[in-house]
Amino acid sequence: MHSHNDDDHSHLTDIEARVRALESLLSEKGYIDSASVDKIVQTYEKNIGPQNGAHVVAKAWTDPDFNQWLKDDATAAIHSLGYTSRQGEHMVAVFNSTDKHHLVVCTLCSCYPWSVLGLPPTWYKSPPFRSRAVIEPRAVLADFGVDISTSKSIEVHDSTAEIRYLVIPEQPENTENLSEAELAKLVTRNSMIGTALLSHLTVGS
Amino acid sequence: MNSGADLGGMMGFGPVIQEGENESNFHATWEERVLGMTVALGACGLWNIDQSRFARESMQPADYIRSSYYQIWLYGVTKLLKEHNMVCEDELVSGQPSLPPVPIKRKLLPNDVMPMLMAGGPANRKEQTTASFSIGQQVQTINAHPSTHTRLPRYARDKTGIIKKIHGVHVFPDSSSQGLGDAPTWLYQVSFSATSLWGEDRNERDTVSLDLWQPYLRAIA
Repeated sequence: MHSHNDDDHSHLTDIEARVRALESLLSEKGYIDSASVDKIVQTYEKNIGPQNGAHVVAKAWTDPDFNQWLKDDATAAIHSLGYTSRQGEHMVAVFNSTDKHHLVVCTLCSCYPWSVLGLPPTWYKSPPFRSRAVIEPRAVLADFGVDISTSKSIEVHDSTAEIRYLVIPEQPENTENLSEAELAKLVTRNSMIGTALLSHLTVGS
Repeated sequence: MNSGADLGGMMGFGPVIQEGENESNFHATWEERVLGMTVALGACGLWNIDQSRFARESMQPADYIRSSYYQIWLYGVTKLLKEHNMVCEDELVSGQPSLPPVPIKRKLLPNDVMPMLMAGGPANRKEQTTASFSIGQQVQTINAHPSTHTRLPRYARDKTGIIKKIHGVHVFPDSSSQGLGDAPTWLYQVSFSATSLWGEDRNERDTVSLDLWQPYLRAIA
């Protein structure tokens, strides 16, 4: 574990003590059960993460009916795979294509599709991303090493309501013979936010 | 409110710094506890998600911008705990209870965690009216600067966009965040050209889409 903001170590120690005191106070007053807190943390550490979204994407690539269902009603399609959890109650899937690239942000807080991607990475919650994604998406993508041709349109989705967006990246070339499970392994978290492309992937034979 | 949280379009923060695909969810134990406590306290039923967001964005703007995500969560949940008299300042300082607990609607028990997480909290409500706007229609966003919670960011106020999707009827955060009820209303996906939001030197093919409630929108005659 390490700090990756500007806090010095003593500040972190201070906040660690404050949070510990708060948890013991809330437990003593009967508002929370620490075992429930453990279980919430463990669920996001072990069970709910980008592997869920990767499954959705791989299925979209291999199953035309599911692909169409995602376009028509992403909430029902994603829930059918068991990914119903909070911050995924209302889903929209947006499909990258040869003429359009999608990028997801939440400028007002850090709304993110937890049910399919887990908890958001630090950069997604940080002021540089939240401030710049809407005004200079191409420069933000350049920070990720992604270059989108100026002849291709970018649609930025600012997640202002309870609708959560999942980007369906373009399938890498020469992967038509891979199984759904093999394809899912190629799908990265960032590609489902729109800050990575998979099209440049070279897949071994 | 025109809060420190309303960051869209601000400048000067520098590049996006990433830690890579395998970044851990938490960077200190206290962050885990803040996430878990915030979710567990939400289950007590004394406030909703919009009140949580309003509490977080109420942080003094300079502090908000300087704070990490879980520091902001800790600030927000502490504010709500005090506002609902669940804890007082003395107790926060001492870590010891000095006042009796207030009634809560439920306490989240370990066996209820998975069902609660899997059920989520849908924000859609029954449609009682028909939508005022249709797909493809041009609309103008209102120019409003409420001192309370709103989900119409500053950069998208008083702008012209196009209705792209009708999401249905959803809880209206401007009401819900103030404890004034769901006030459900139609929610739309509205698309704005980058040039209309940010000026002529932007790529004319680029767009920004926001999900906006009907009270934020006006028909263009």
